[in-house]
Amino acid sequence: MSASDHLIPVVVSNVVEVNPIIKRFEFKHVNGDELPAFSGGAHIVVEMLDDGTKRKNPYSLMSSPFERDQYAISVRRDDTGRGGSKFMHEQVRPGMQMKISAPVNLFSLDLRARKHLMIAGGIGITPFIAQMTQADKLGVPFELHYAARSVSQAAYMDSLADRFGDHVSCYCDDQGESVDLEVLLSNQPLGTHVYVCGPKGMIERVVETASSLGWPAAHVHFEHFLAPPVGEPFEVHLAKAGIDITVGAEQSLLEAVEASGTPINCMCRGGACGQCETVVVACDGDIMHNDHWLDEEQRAAKQRIMPCVSRFRGKRLELDL
Amino acid sequence: MSDSLIEESILSRPTYGTLKIVPGLAHYFLADASGAECIIRDVQELPRDMMEKVHILYVPTPGEAALITSLYALGAKRFEHFPTIEEAVAKLGEWLSDAKMGSQLYLAGTEGLVGQGVAKGEECGLDHTAVQCEHRGSLARRVQCVHCKTMIEDVTTQPVKCPTCDLLLLVRDHYSRRLAAFQGVCINAEDPTEEIEIKEVFK
Repeated sequence: MSASDHLIPVVVSNVVEVNPIIKRFEFKHVNGDELPAFSGGAHIVVEMLDDGTKRKNPYSLMSSPFERDQYAISVRRDDTGRGGSKFMHEQVRPGMQMKISAPVNLFSLDLRARKHLMIAGGIGITPFIAQMTQADKLGVPFELHYAARSVSQAAYMDSLADRFGDHVSCYCDDQGESVDLEVLLSNQPLGTHVYVCGPKGMIERVVETASSLGWPAAHVHFEHFLAPPVGEPFEVHLAKAGIDITVGAEQSLLEAVEASGTPINCMCRGGACGQCETVVVACDGDIMHNDHWLDEEQRAAKQRIMPCVSRFRGKRLELDL
Repeated sequence: MSDSLIEESILSRPTYGTLKIVPGLAHYFLADASGAECIIRDVQELPRDMMEKVHILYVPTPGEAALITSLYALGAKRFEHFPTIEEAVAKLGEWLSDAKMGSQLYLAGTEGLVGQGVAKGEECGLDHTAVQCEHRGSLARRVQCVHCKTMIEDVTTQPVKCPTCDLLLLVRDHYSRRLAAFQGVCINAEDPTEEIEIKEVFK
C-alpha cells in the first residue's frame, strides 16, 4: 500500500508566477476540509492527468505546517524533463481539480537539535521555507544559507530575508558570491544539525566537508529527489502478474507498472526512500540504476531494482511483481 | 583491544573500546591516573601542528606527579589537572560550552570517570558517536542507592552499605547512562536481620 493510493481531491486555489522559471501552486480540499497535518520538509505527490498519461511527481510543501486550510508547492520548469513540470506550468490553472497524496516526510527537522543549519541551492529552498516556519515557532535557533545562480532565479529570497532577517544569508553566483562551507561548518555550536537540499554537487560538498571536520553523520541530513530520467523504451516481464509491459521513453518503470494495474509499494518516487525496491528475477542486459538507495555492490549484483528512477537496456528483464 | 578487565554481562552494562583519534576540529581528553597512558599513547603520535587542537584534563592520584609531567610535556593547547573527577568534569563542561561541531571527546580511566564524562558530553550537545571511551584501572563502581538516591563512589564490595540510609545494597550490572552509575538495590528487604557476607569483588 502506498501513500499515493489514497489521493486527496483538491482544487487549485492559486497559481503565482514567482519568476520566469518557477511557479507556485496552492491547493485546497474540494470540500474545504482541513488537509492532513505535516511537518517541515514533507512532500506530497501530485497526480497529473496529461492527455492519457498519468504522471505523479513529488514536490516539497512550502506552506506553513501550522496552517492546514491549504498547501503550497513551487515547481521549477524543466523543458528537457519528462513533461511533469511543463504540464504544471502550462496546463494547471486556478479552479482546476487535481489529486494529491497525503504528505510524507523524509527530510524532517531533528527535534533534538540545539540549532538547525539549513543550506539550500536553487529550488531546493522549498522544504526549508516550511522548516523555518516550524523552527521559528518552536523557538529553536536556525540559520538559512541560500545559494542561487542569479538574483532573478532566487525564488523567495527577498521575502525570506524580510520574514526571517538575520537568520537568512543569500549568495548569488552572478554576483560572485558563494558559501564558504569550511568556515560555516567550523563555527557551529555543539548540538547543531545541518540540512542540505539542492544540486547533487552541493549535497556532496556539504556531506564531505562536514565529515572531514569531524561532524557525526547523524547530524548531517540531505534530500535529493531525482527526476526519473528519460530514455529508450524497454520491455519488462512482471513474474507474479504474468504480464509483459512496455516502459515508454518519457515514462518511469514505476509509472508503467502502475498503469498496468499491478500493485507496487512506493513513496518518494525519486530514488531516495527505498519503498519500491523490487527483486529482479532475471536480467539479461544492463540496469541503469540511477537511485541513491542501493549500494554499489547491490547495483552490480543486478538482483534489486528501484522502479521509480531505474531504466533497462538489453534482452530481458523480469521482476518479482 | 584495551586492557580493560570488564567481563561480558547484561546489555545495559557498558563495554568500552580503545581510543583512536579521528578527524575533528578539536580533541578533548579526560583521564585519571589509570587512563593517562592512553592519552600519552595517542597524543604523542600526533603531528606537532595538531597540538593546537588538543585539550587535556587530568585527575591525578594524590601525591603522584610523574604523569602530570608527562602529560604537560605533550604540549597541548590547554592542560589542566584537578584533584577530583567532579571538578575535572565541571571544567570539561565549561570547555565544551564554547566548543564547536566537529569536536571529539576521549575518555580514559575508571568507570566513574568515563561515565561522568559521557554524561557531561551529552549534556553539552555532543553526539554519542563523537565520544570514545577506554576503560583502565580499577573495576570500582559508581553506585546509586535506588532508595535514597545517594551516589556512592568507588564501590568495590558486594553488597555495599549505603552511607546515607544504611540499607545493604546489591550492586547490580544494571547501569544508568544518564546518572553514570550502577543501581544498588536493597538485598535483604524481606528480612533486614538476615546477615550477608560483604566481599570485595570489584577490584
